[in-house]
Amino acid sequence: MSLDRSDIEKIAHLARMAVDEDRIEGYATDLSNILGLVAQMDDVATDDVTPMAHPLHMAQRLRVDEVTEVNRREDFQAIAPKVESDLYLVPKVIE
Amino acid sequence: MHNKTIAELGAGLRAGEFSSVELTRHFLERIDSLDGGLNCYITVTPDVALQAAKAADQRISAGDAGPLTGIPIAQKDIFCTQGVKTSCGSRMLDSFISPYDATVVERLNAAGVVMLGKANMDEFAMGSSNETSYYGPVHNPWDRERVPGGSSGGSAALVAARLAVAATGTDTGGSIRQPAALCGITGLKPTYGRVSRYGMIAFASSLDQGGPMTRSAEDAALMLQAMAGFDPKDSTSAEEPLPDFCAGLNDSLQGLKIGLPKEYFGEGLDAGVAASVEAAIDEYRKLGAEVVEISLPNTHLAVPTYYVVAPAECSSNLSRFDGVRYGYRCEDPKDLEDLYKRSRGEGFGEEVKRRIMIGAYVLSAGYYDAYYLKAQKIRHLISDDFKSAFEQVDVIMGPSTPSTAFGLGEKADDPVTMYLNDIYTIAANLAGLPGMSVPVGPVEGMPVGLQIIGNYFAEAKLLNVAHKLQQATDWHKLAPEGF
Repeated sequence: MSLDRSDIEKIAHLARMAVDEDRIEGYATDLSNILGLVAQMDDVATDDVTPMAHPLHMAQRLRVDEVTEVNRREDFQAIAPKVESDLYLVPKVIE
Repeated sequence: MHNKTIAELGAGLRAGEFSSVELTRHFLERIDSLDGGLNCYITVTPDVALQAAKAADQRISAGDAGPLTGIPIAQKDIFCTQGVKTSCGSRMLDSFISPYDATVVERLNAAGVVMLGKANMDEFAMGSSNETSYYGPVHNPWDRERVPGGSSGGSAALVAARLAVAATGTDTGGSIRQPAALCGITGLKPTYGRVSRYGMIAFASSLDQGGPMTRSAEDAALMLQAMAGFDPKDSTSAEEPLPDFCAGLNDSLQGLKIGLPKEYFGEGLDAGVAASVEAAIDEYRKLGAEVVEISLPNTHLAVPTYYVVAPAECSSNLSRFDGVRYGYRCEDPKDLEDLYKRSRGEGFGEEVKRRIMIGAYVLSAGYYDAYYLKAQKIRHLISDDFKSAFEQVDVIMGPSTPSTAFGLGEKADDPVTMYLNDIYTIAANLAGLPGMSVPVGPVEGMPVGLQIIGNYFAEAKLLNVAHKLQQATDWHKLAPEGF
């Protein structure tokens, strides 16, 4: 599988991540090489194999529906890049 | 004092031969004079350390001390530490002061350890050489022109250089075992679910596991005892009883069945490393173990499978870094999309970007079945290989890495070559099995690691097997010159 410039631009957009213009060719090469490594999987017959999402066969635990956490709004907002009146600030999204 | 183990130092502290404050000052002075040439620590925390040491001394004099009370250690900078910068080796979190402690940190603190600082690491634990860190590479104390391995490279190098008694690490594809091997220390990746992942910054959630990095198996047992155990705050934490990891350290190995996978001794393995591993296996024969050849036929698929599963989980986990609630934010975003894109583009380094993009690609519409679903199926085959093997043998042994430490910059420009360095360690993560690396005979002055893989939740057996080798040989006592 070989990726080109437009593939990288599309993937970077999907990941909402800016990539430097002069690095796009480099990423195309790197990602194509990695996918070349991954392509070894194609030689394996897996029609009858069940997928394994997790190493341990365990059920998701449930807990009692009780409030256990205390409100630490001030601590959490203290590490935010931009806050005002208890709110996280982002650029305007509604015109 | 810095050559002593946790057990020896603990005995000295409790006997009043020296105080934890004295011990802590000794290590802080060593960091001050020696870490400049190694770059093992991202953050040194002398105030936190001395305060903890004073508290430890009080506990010791009150007769309330455990085996770790007053022992100076380092935390990998992937573990959240309340009030202390937790960078994960990334510009993204360069300004992040954690508002809470990881469970591992909380438990070690409760045991009375003294945190000297936060260890350098590959950015978001993605790397095998510690060269992807935003804070610069770590130098291997055995040869400063070489890498210490990664991603827990700072932890491994600082334990080898005696800049702390022990350290924590995390292992997603070999990140404890590979640097332990390249730096000549003992490292243990527990069974998936054994050690809580709460507050351990997530890379690949179905693979990540924290564990101890120490100078002996006995020290690893003492550290693991404090770190491990069920944690309701981690939804994947295993509800398994916690054994006494020290109780069986000296058990006889008479009749132990060791499996050597033929796939771990084939092409690509350095001849010197092979000879060192074989010499260690001969020691096990002398201890009464029986050695048989086994096969793990899907070994060659572990790296390809991993580079679908791990990036997929990474792209999902790292979507939380958006420049809004914490972490790096770009200057003057023109709109919300620009805020996301530039904050992430400027905050993440090259390797992290590569893996996020691979993950986004393999999970994207039209490719999911061909990549992610396929990889999950092969993951099952790899796991089944081990299941069959453990019907025949008690432990599996082989090299931890194909060669000794490589040169700084040697593989940095070629991701695929770098990835193949984890060829022997990745399968245990995919299967969720515990694995260790213990130092064996060096090759041309550079350390070599013997890997020991065990069955699920058999950490006590691994520690027993490693400890008996360390009782019979002195390889784990070798120290790099100048430290």
